[in-house]
Amino acid sequence: MLANIQMVLSRFGMNFVNGLGTTLFLAFVAVSLGCVIGACVAIMRLSRFRILKIIAAVYTEIVRDTPLLLQLYFFYFMLPDMLPALSLSDFTCICVALVFNSGAYMSEVFRSGIQSVDRGQTEAARSLGLSASQTMFRIILPQALRNVLPAMCNEFVTVTKETSLASTFFVGDLMTQHSIIKGKTYLVIEPLIIIGVIYFVITFTMSKLITVLERKLATDE
Amino acid sequence: MNNTFDYAHAPELIRVEDLHKDFGSLHVLTGITETIRKGEVVSLIGPSGSGKSTFLRCLNLLETPTRGHIWFNGEDIAAKSVNIDLHRQKMGMVFQHFNIFPHMSVIENITLAPVMLKRMSKDEAYAKAEALLERVGLSDKRDNKPSRLSGGQKQRLAIVRALAMEPEVMLFDEPTSALDPEMVGEVLEVIKDLARNNMTCVIVTHEMGFAREVCNRVLFMDEGVICEQGSPHDLFDHPQNPRTKDFLSKVL
Repeated sequence: MLANIQMVLSRFGMNFVNGLGTTLFLAFVAVSLGCVIGACVAIMRLSRFRILKIIAAVYTEIVRDTPLLLQLYFFYFMLPDMLPALSLSDFTCICVALVFNSGAYMSEVFRSGIQSVDRGQTEAARSLGLSASQTMFRIILPQALRNVLPAMCNEFVTVTKETSLASTFFVGDLMTQHSIIKGKTYLVIEPLIIIGVIYFVITFTMSKLITVLERKLATDE
Repeated sequence: MNNTFDYAHAPELIRVEDLHKDFGSLHVLTGITETIRKGEVVSLIGPSGSGKSTFLRCLNLLETPTRGHIWFNGEDIAAKSVNIDLHRQKMGMVFQHFNIFPHMSVIENITLAPVMLKRMSKDEAYAKAEALLERVGLSDKRDNKPSRLSGGQKQRLAIVRALAMEPEVMLFDEPTSALDPEMVGEVLEVIKDLARNNMTCVIVTHEMGFAREVCNRVLFMDEGVICEQGSPHDLFDHPQNPRTKDFLSKVL
């Protein structure tokens, strides 16, 4: 088995590197764009306009109460049909689905972050004459962001692992590479072990970094 | 300081007319009519739950009145069509829990609003902030993060943050209630200094000695109305209303 692992590594080394690159890229796109959407949705959810609240709540609940794999299928088949003019690639559709998914989770992260900022901060800012939006962007969000930074990084770790579901659509991530290598060598376990080690190393490292970050933020206060 | 206020000639700054505030089925303010004149230092005293803080917070509309009018410089700011942000720039407020912005340095806390709201240029705002810090003895904290400050220092910072907007009135909501006893004095000293310089102040306080010494007028509130008011001498030494007597007998 060790010999097989060595053989797989030497023959398919680049597959793993590419796979890792794609996995990290997918996670990065999902989380960074998810952040933007999440922040907007969180603000909508906390606004005083009922209709915005409802739209935001419906979106988050739909995403959180259906499986990611189902959402991936949905976007994979629906997007090209809906927007044929754009001739979206499979990869783009999967990216959109991941962003759609992570946006909802990020919005919950942001919402808790915004709500964790003391009400007195809003009152102090408003009493100085700042408008509601000036208060949100200059006073509340910077503090909320800081409060949710660890949770955001955790989301990144989670999404990194969840992108493996995207391999169902052969997008070139780590799990896709597994299928490729399995097809060429008829080996199942060996590439799986290698990929498992890669996933473990990156997520474990990130989790440790988050712990360091949390400690640093705590001492900064 | 008490007796120098020329009541008859001072123009009115804030006039409150039949102010009501309900929280759900709870009637917190049940019809307040009151006038605050320019240069006056007024303290609001009364048992907890009497509506003092709510009344104060209505003055700059941090609480929206259920009914009634609040005239500030001749404009009814309780009206829906008013841009309250503009009026709030002229009404400084100091809170019990300081509410300093923790993600900004001391000087940024002070300059944020004047610069952002284009009341002054950045240079002017910084120069003014430095002068204010000097005035309250915090010059050496200029670039510190607020987390490094003591409670008393935070509250002095909160006061100059409000002053930086050059307000026409300062509203104090129990400014010393969250402080350790040894820090109360330094904050009261700053407020006294403001009073001496003819800043109009409305102060919700439990510091009876301070109210007696600094204020021109004391309002006693209970159950959502102003029960009795007068000069500190009259109110503290010769209270007329039985509720005032009862309250003072407990706190003095």
